[in-house]
Amino acid sequence: MDTLLHQFFQQLINGISLGSIYALIALGYTMIYGIIKLINFAHGDIYMLGAYFGFFATTQLGLSFIPAIILSMACAALVGIIIERIAYKPMRNAPRIAILITAIGVSFFLEYGMILLVSPQPRTFPAVFTPTVYNFGPLVANSQQIVILVSAIILMAVLTYIVNKTKAGKAMRAVSFDADAARLMGINIDRVISMTFALGSALAAAGGVLVGVYYNSIDPLMGMMPGLKAFVAAVLGGIGIIPGAMIGGIILGVVEAMVSGFISSTFRDAAAFGILILILLYKPAGLLGKNVREKV
Amino acid sequence: MKSWKKLASAALAAMVFASVVSGCGGDKKEAASGDTIKVGASFELTGNVANYGKAILSGFKMAVDEVNAKGGINGKKITVVESDNKSEPSEAGNAVTKLVTQDKVVAVVGPATSGCVAASAPITAGNKIPHIAPSATAPGITVDNDGKVKPFMFRACFIDPFQGQVMAEFANKTLQVKNVAILFDSSNDYSKGLADVFQKTLESKGGTIVAKEAFLSKDLDFKAALTKIKASNPDAIYVPGYYEEVSKIIKQAREIGLTVPMMGSDGWESPKLAEIAGKEALQNCYYVSAFSAQDQDPSVQNFIKAYKEKYQKDPDIFAMQGYNAGLILADAMKRAGTTDGTALAKAIAETKDLPVASGKITFDANHNPIMGALILSLENGVPTFKEKITL
Repeated sequence: MDTLLHQFFQQLINGISLGSIYALIALGYTMIYGIIKLINFAHGDIYMLGAYFGFFATTQLGLSFIPAIILSMACAALVGIIIERIAYKPMRNAPRIAILITAIGVSFFLEYGMILLVSPQPRTFPAVFTPTVYNFGPLVANSQQIVILVSAIILMAVLTYIVNKTKAGKAMRAVSFDADAARLMGINIDRVISMTFALGSALAAAGGVLVGVYYNSIDPLMGMMPGLKAFVAAVLGGIGIIPGAMIGGIILGVVEAMVSGFISSTFRDAAAFGILILILLYKPAGLLGKNVREKV
Repeated sequence: MKSWKKLASAALAAMVFASVVSGCGGDKKEAASGDTIKVGASFELTGNVANYGKAILSGFKMAVDEVNAKGGINGKKITVVESDNKSEPSEAGNAVTKLVTQDKVVAVVGPATSGCVAASAPITAGNKIPHIAPSATAPGITVDNDGKVKPFMFRACFIDPFQGQVMAEFANKTLQVKNVAILFDSSNDYSKGLADVFQKTLESKGGTIVAKEAFLSKDLDFKAALTKIKASNPDAIYVPGYYEEVSKIIKQAREIGLTVPMMGSDGWESPKLAEIAGKEALQNCYYVSAFSAQDQDPSVQNFIKAYKEKYQKDPDIFAMQGYNAGLILADAMKRAGTTDGTALAKAIAETKDLPVASGKITFDANHNPIMGALILSLENGVPTFKEKITL
């Protein structure tokens, strides 16, 4: 019993650190969906680009962890804006399925463009700080897990502040609520959308750098699976709702760790996508979502 | 190691359309003569895995030169006819067809990768020409789908399941561990096969598998599975797989406080393993390989010395496999006393205790060589010869 309980808490630690990464990526998904109702399938690849920006910032420029993560977030924000301008803006009035397909195209472009540029070989992320192992009784956590969790919490706090307390955030909420009315009130919608892509991409990049530091290895296709998982997390929490993405990410991470720990690791992905199916069947608006009637 | 061969050939298949294929250049044509025996060497001399093909060919030619210097085969000299398959399975068929039909070689050696060998095997079989694949590890190379041995197909390297047996032997005899956990890649036949063979062999020696967990290629996080393994208190963990995942598994295992020995397969072989896992994490880790320059066996050291003299560089495992293939072929030719394909194939199959660079080779009923395998440990991240195991 004791070992079971101990295993449970250890898996909880593992799950939360994994889940906070999902949450960071899911935030970008959810924000972009909230603003332009687009499921940005290229988001997982922005996370991959972020990891590479962080990699080059530490290896080529010799930056330490915090400057590297900030530089990577800035570069990814810029890439996010450029992608939106080039790929999505011309499609703003196109049917939603067309823009969704464009997003898949952008995703492939980023993945295979990076394979061309940096080769498909995985790269070793340099050790930016030496991991220290902390023992809490029988439980083990290392400094990297703590850094991931703390960084995720700080970034989420900053995001919540921006969205709820600043003028730009107010504009974002207004556009999300009713874009046409917001435009009539004199809000520059294009600028708000760019800002949303910048914020979402920066968070994904932070996730990418954290993963690079944590697992020591990055490759051009690393964004595929986490991208899908983060999508599940965003839907689980209620797509378009910012706290929903955080909660969804953490829940997903913990469920995965528990399933691998107590059932079998081969069922892990099945559990993650099973959650997606269940949520879509029984609570399509997500855990925090309210059922809203579509106006016809 | 093998996964990326497969990957490389898959990538190449895609690139075939993009590249302009120039005719089959670079082949030496020599007039037929009564005093020479022509042997075909079809290898990856250009393209993605040219490194493998060139290394094997260098070893193979060295063996041929040695045999010729000692008087050749019953008075006749061996000449090698080279043919490049550009690291593409589609080209491999053409290259071997040319060797067999135009150059009329009596035997074919090569190519390096299982994919290219599989593409060229039907041609040699159809023409009843003995064919030795120096480094193709896929079990299906020498036996067909019904488990019947292909009469003209041989290989000069150990096959995947053999490694599992070797590691179980090492776990039992040297590490003396009883309770072992297995963590394998359920999306990869190589890893799955090794896990099964290891389990069977260890259990037959009185060991117990206390946990068997699976992961998928490209996974990043193994802590959940490792935490579960840790709870089963294993004396050691067997992780057959490729360095990409294995390096992360070892790193994360050490992070959660699993300090028991970790054992693996030749897919571990890569400098990336130490880069990703870190040197400290690799203490107490062992894997199977076929070649180590630190192996003090005189046959290995003689081979290394001779190779260095001839080519001014260190041989690798591929050079050794090419060299072994050359010796196997020459020995069989001497015993057969003829260049008739069927008789020669029979002689190769009867190879017994033939001294080669890696010790002695005997062929089993499935045309796979029975030979020693090496266990390497990773001292400070550097592969270090630990011991040689012969089953």
